[in-house]
Amino acid sequence: MKLLTLQRAVARAVMQPLTLSERMQRTAPGGGRMSAYAARYIRPNDRLTSFERLEIYNRQYWFRVLGSMAEDFPGLRAILGQPRFEDMCRAYLAECPSRSFTLRNLGARIETWLRRNPKWIRGQQTLALDMVRLEWADIEAFDGEAEPALQLKDLNGSSAATLRLRVQPYVQLLELHYPVDDLALKVREDDDADFASNTLTENRKSAKIQAVAALEPRQIFLVVHRIDFHVYFRRIEYEEYALLSALRSGKTIESAIELAFQSSSMSEFDRGGYLRNCFQTWATLGWFCRPEEIHAR
Amino acid sequence: MAANRFNAFTDYGIGIGLRAPHYRHILSRKPVVDWFEIISENFMIDGGRPLHILDQILGQYKVVQHGVSMYFGSAEKPDREHLRRLKELVKRTKTPWLSDHLCWGSVDGRYTHDLLPMPYTFEAARLTAQKVREVRDFLEIPIAVENVSSYAEFHVSEMTEWEFLNEVVEQADCGILLDVNNIYVSSQNHDFDPLTYVNSVPAERVAQIHIAGHSKFEKYILDTHDHPVLDPVWKLYERAIQRAGHTATLLEWDDSIPSFQEVHREALKANRFLADTTLAVAV
Repeated sequence: MKLLTLQRAVARAVMQPLTLSERMQRTAPGGGRMSAYAARYIRPNDRLTSFERLEIYNRQYWFRVLGSMAEDFPGLRAILGQPRFEDMCRAYLAECPSRSFTLRNLGARIETWLRRNPKWIRGQQTLALDMVRLEWADIEAFDGEAEPALQLKDLNGSSAATLRLRVQPYVQLLELHYPVDDLALKVREDDDADFASNTLTENRKSAKIQAVAALEPRQIFLVVHRIDFHVYFRRIEYEEYALLSALRSGKTIESAIELAFQSSSMSEFDRGGYLRNCFQTWATLGWFCRPEEIHAR
Repeated sequence: MAANRFNAFTDYGIGIGLRAPHYRHILSRKPVVDWFEIISENFMIDGGRPLHILDQILGQYKVVQHGVSMYFGSAEKPDREHLRRLKELVKRTKTPWLSDHLCWGSVDGRYTHDLLPMPYTFEAARLTAQKVREVRDFLEIPIAVENVSSYAEFHVSEMTEWEFLNEVVEQADCGILLDVNNIYVSSQNHDFDPLTYVNSVPAERVAQIHIAGHSKFEKYILDTHDHPVLDPVWKLYERAIQRAGHTATLLEWDDSIPSFQEVHREALKANRFLADTTLAVAV
């Protein structure tokens, strides 16, 4: 038997979802008995059948990938509840198995997948999608690339009409329908406490459920960024979001400002001071990259 | 002085795996440690805290890279993005050698994120050796392949695990990361004598040794890396050192990780065997 043939057959069995009681399915991929399927490839010994030996790998696979999803999406888990979250993850991973050498990217396609499969988040669709976007942004902000930050001297002689400022790759901009940042922080706080003391777990579970239930829709604009290698959520105003988004898309400062204030109610008089303050804050936080031509020098 | 041509780093005494719960202790207390082994994939990223921590560690300690997803034994070609990122990291760490497992774990671009056992066939040995050579040529550093612990064996196997390992390393002309805990775990799961395995490995190719703890279940042993090293594994280590000479040794502790001091103390027990060893005594 060719190596590739054997590896395809074994991988299909290893990645086949477990039963509800977390055992290997009795039915093999493509039909037939799994015991016969396993016996075709795997030797039994005096303690374990071929089925049982294959099952060790099948269970390890699912425990590993489900554990990774739970670690990366604790907020989504709090919204859906543990059983529904696990069912959703099983369905997602069955359709979108890992295609990366690193588990870090396991949830990369979940937002798109949930939009195609809304039944898994029925009744909480907007809230769940907001949380997924926030939690994925968190991952990207944690280990995304940071280019050398813009310095004041880099701007000497530049004109707003032509200057394009690039936003750091790790900075994530989000427009959300719910204040899920508060919920995410609450969930993490509770998870940390659960880790420290199991005695409070039940109380904290109900606190988490209450926090989810109490969350009212409210549009927010959020930057997920990092300072000193720690990820932070920073709420911003619509004008800031529009301006940063326009800069990220490659607009000049002048065009970005125009776009930012297109539907703004802010008076012309206030805009100058507002913009100065915004740019100062963003530059202090290191959100802009040095222009490429200066960086190259 | 080199113990053999695959073990040019006999000054790399006893190392431990660099793990997140120990970062603060290491960076603030700066304990004396011969070297740290890092899991390459944890640092094959674009930026952020992991790389910042790594750079600080690199400023003070020797670091060796150990991978978990190159899958030398997978029938498919190496992933180009994986190789590109790995090479970037190799340049950053200046690792003197790089290890990964003699196993497979991906097929048709789908990853299991597990270390699946090989069918011990001549075809698999040839393809695996070819991949080891390709990776070595691309990365331009010595490669050592590590034997894995396993819970299943295939009907199609044409040789023993140690014969397969020897076949691969001879064809690839690469080193071995000999994991004596994995040998013990597999010996119990597949009913072979672990000493036969240790005695059959070409000692002149052993570049590094792993030691670790495991867990016993009713019908099999699982390689859990969550315990101190058990006596039968120390016995295998002693024999491996007698054969291979003074060899860079690393304790793996990946789950239920205790304090840094406890892990380091456990690793240093290897000194009992290393201290008596002269260099390059292939027996």
